[in-house]
Amino acid sequence: MKSFLRDVAIVASATFETPSEPSRNEVEMLLPVIHDALGQVGLSQGEIGFTVSGSSDYLQGYTFAFVGALDAVGAWPPIRESHLEMDGAFALAEAVAYLQEGHVDTALVYAFARPSRGDLDRTLSVQLDPYTVAPLWPDARGLAGLQAQAMRDSGRYGDVPDVTPTYVGDGVTAVILATGDRARELTKTPVWIRGIDHRIEAQMLGLRDLGSSASTKLAGEGAGATNIDEAYLHVLYPHQELLVKDALGLDRQPVNTAAGPMMVGGLERLATAAKSIAGTGKRAVATATSGACMQQNLVAVLEGAAA
Amino acid sequence: MTEEVLVADHTIEYTYTRSTGPMIGAFLTGLRDGKIVGCRGADGRVIVPAVDYDPVTSEDLSETVEVADEGVVTTWSWNDRPLLGQPLDHPFAWALVKLDGADTSLLAAVDVDDPSKISTGSRVKARWAEERVGSITDIAAFEVV
Repeated sequence: MKSFLRDVAIVASATFETPSEPSRNEVEMLLPVIHDALGQVGLSQGEIGFTVSGSSDYLQGYTFAFVGALDAVGAWPPIRESHLEMDGAFALAEAVAYLQEGHVDTALVYAFARPSRGDLDRTLSVQLDPYTVAPLWPDARGLAGLQAQAMRDSGRYGDVPDVTPTYVGDGVTAVILATGDRARELTKTPVWIRGIDHRIEAQMLGLRDLGSSASTKLAGEGAGATNIDEAYLHVLYPHQELLVKDALGLDRQPVNTAAGPMMVGGLERLATAAKSIAGTGKRAVATATSGACMQQNLVAVLEGAAA
Repeated sequence: MTEEVLVADHTIEYTYTRSTGPMIGAFLTGLRDGKIVGCRGADGRVIVPAVDYDPVTSEDLSETVEVADEGVVTTWSWNDRPLLGQPLDHPFAWALVKLDGADTSLLAAVDVDDPSKISTGSRVKARWAEERVGSITDIAAFEVV
């Protein structure tokens, strides 16, 4: 496990989720949530050192759609900003890396999506290999079914649950990070990120062992996911809980799973884990996944300093 | 005094030519000719479709290997609600198919009318499209043999 140059903590978070947001666009959903998170620790956007977001332009349907979401934070005077076409949890990993450089001591991470406006199963297929896969328009649920069947055929998991319809929900999550003493100034109950790692598997489904999650296992080792009290797992279909628990060696711990809105659910898992263990002295693992059949996986180990 | 209005025509164009590269290009060209082309990976295994870079070592790959248009299902799922653009407009199975001569599997649709007619290990054969243009859709679907 790698050690940090500077300790980083989750000091505040806020989230909003609904099956289908009827009227507000992404910016309008983000504004109150970002202000809620900032307000919890008495910060204004001008005091944030680094801002980074996770979302998918495909869900909004046009290129550089994420730039419009900056209206929710205000980008004048100019801010240090970045974006990932991934779940917001991966944006949080970028923020942790950025904070290691030591130039700034706070970061805002946010994620947003409103997939209810389209056919999510169909939209996600355009993220796949453009030459050999995407022209077939494979639905995310159908691909997840290949994974579930590979698990059944492996005989390693007992009863593997059937694949449910791809979860469609709209929502946003915002998380505030701070380093060392700055975190302790901002809250009495910082939740320290003790380890974080993310790994990717081959793009071609036929090159992967779909009956296990090699990338979750590696990320878990990289993040030092041992001595865990509670687990908060980002699981898009029921069978994936078995894969993640197997990869991380979770057996006795309480496990809390959720899918959440696409591109938001992983960051929401980290935020929920942090809220749950804040002030308790407990150690939690939180995971996030992106891509077809869990191609990319992130594992974070969080520790809630005892109040 | 008449108001002068400046007018400029604007045509939206996509003035780029994309190349699919030496290996994916060989795979797509092979499809046009009714052949399935893979490549030899750094560890000697045959990867289908052909890829430009080794998935483990990332080195450039250059040796193409033709494989059969018939093989076995390594995993599958049932699609009872085909979406717009998918290979078939009636319920079918998605499958990863390991073609004879290949060491990896290809994602494809298998044209069976009921999930009881396919399982892991089923032998399947490609049904080629009537007109082939150098696209993955040149394989219309696989059929159980």
